[in-house]
Amino acid sequence: MTVPTIPAGPVAGKREVVLRVTGLKKRFGPLEVLKGVDLIVERGEVMCIIGPSGSGKSTLLRSMNHLEEIDGGRVELDGELVGYRLHGQKYVTLPEKLLARQRTKMGMVFQSFNLFPHMTVLQNIIESPVGVLKQDPKEAKETAMALLGKVGLAEKAQQYPRQLSGGQQQRVAIARALAMKPRVMLFDEPTSALDPELVGEVLDVMKDLALEGLTMVVVTHEMGFAREVADSVLFMDGGVVVERGHPHDVLLNPQMPRTKEFLSKVL
Amino acid sequence: MSTVSDTRSVIGSPDEIRVAHRAHWGWWVLTGFVLLCAAGIVQMLFTNPNLEWNVVAGWFFSQSIVFGLLRTLELTVLAMFFGILLGMLTAVMRLSPIKILSTVAWFYTWFFRGTPLLVQLIFWYNLAALFPTIDIGIPFVGPTVWSGNANQIVTPFMAALLGLALNEGAYMSEIVRGGILSVDQGQQEAAVALGMRTSRALRRVILPQAMRVIVPPTGNQVIGMLKSTSLVSVTSMPELLYSAQLVYNRTFQTIPLLIVASIWYLIVTSVLSVIQYYIERHYAKGGRRALPLTPWEKVKRMFTRFTPAQTITADRRA
Repeated sequence: MTVPTIPAGPVAGKREVVLRVTGLKKRFGPLEVLKGVDLIVERGEVMCIIGPSGSGKSTLLRSMNHLEEIDGGRVELDGELVGYRLHGQKYVTLPEKLLARQRTKMGMVFQSFNLFPHMTVLQNIIESPVGVLKQDPKEAKETAMALLGKVGLAEKAQQYPRQLSGGQQQRVAIARALAMKPRVMLFDEPTSALDPELVGEVLDVMKDLALEGLTMVVVTHEMGFAREVADSVLFMDGGVVVERGHPHDVLLNPQMPRTKEFLSKVL
Repeated sequence: MSTVSDTRSVIGSPDEIRVAHRAHWGWWVLTGFVLLCAAGIVQMLFTNPNLEWNVVAGWFFSQSIVFGLLRTLELTVLAMFFGILLGMLTAVMRLSPIKILSTVAWFYTWFFRGTPLLVQLIFWYNLAALFPTIDIGIPFVGPTVWSGNANQIVTPFMAALLGLALNEGAYMSEIVRGGILSVDQGQQEAAVALGMRTSRALRRVILPQAMRVIVPPTGNQVIGMLKSTSLVSVTSMPELLYSAQLVYNRTFQTIPLLIVASIWYLIVTSVLSVIQYYIERHYAKGGRRALPLTPWEKVKRMFTRFTPAQTITADRRA
């Protein structure tokens, strides 16, 4: 279903492939939300996925760390199949323990932050490094404080999430995901639930991360961010990738009518 | 009209402005009526000779009553402990994607909620009549691993505990399930996205949040259990009420002894309510509002007027 004239894969030069999605299909009941999606994310690349709501972009992102079970195709992280293993000619679901280990390598930031409200900011960040990765609590705390400093919230370490603004909560959520030292960060519309005046502070943090060379996949409606920060932009509609390429090409000089139509509405 | 300094001279600096609640005259009438009724009841309690307060006092700390009370407490604590354990297990099974687990859990809840507790207690007490020996093994298939005399295994105490705990487990399972379902789905997703396994996510993320919903009805269940233990008199277990009955069957001082038992039930219920209060306070951490006041703080508040009600912490998510 992908448009054949557009080459799959990123625009940047030859580097290490971190994430590879091949022929990904997903249906919710009778509704086919992903109709065969291919993409490659290289190390250090920032990929922005844009498109109208219902185009399947969030589902695509959630399939990458197996929050959604997929119905066809595959996702590979560092060459390793995510969520499944090949058993003869069939894919079988991976045992939970192995899936959990794979997920530690992918940081995820949600639209609704999903901080743990019964834990302080610091506890939120060290929970998984200590509990899952078995890091020394003292070291984990130091790392957490450094990360909080980076997102500008060091003084909020002992607060509970509900005492923070949305923008602050999302910055904590980013720090929490980073604390696992992931290979790739997945952002699922990270600023969509924020008041307009709080969007900037979150995007600034994400820009800094991009400059540091973090590999990121960002589902977003922030076209300015995509144009400024992304290495590649992927436009999705109706469960397929309609157009992909360098942000200047896709956003400023789109070739496909559907991309043009979408951009004329949002820009 | 009035200048800022005028206002200050009347009510102090602006940040001290308080809302004064005006009482309605109807409330005063109602308060007077309630006080009058209360006074009537107190007068009756002191003057009615049939209450026989001297008999109440005489039996209050008697050995048979205190032993009965301890039995009641023992049964309540043990039955609730196993009931809560069973309830958590069943709730998690009910929510499991594995069909056989959720079906077994559903059947358990259906059966033990669907039959009267009294019947279940009598059943366990008379188990030996139904199964003289108890064999453990795989039906139809395996050899018997273990075998024992039902009368020796199911003592009256065991029968009471089995009946109460199994019944309680069925109710607790629905309470725990409700609590788990009340936690936002995003919490589970965030936990597994951070590499937690389902069991860890449940223990560290979901259940602590579910507790806020689980604790109040569980407090109800404990108090209900305290009184349900009186049903185990059918297994000839002398708990609090049955102990009182044994006495008045002998002395015919029915009312005073029922008062003795009731006062003890009320005392234990009061203590349990205070415990529940502090448990709720513990799980209110990180909640939308500031921690609720302790009973002592509430008493202090009654004597210091013009303090604002619970401070609401800033919730800036518009």
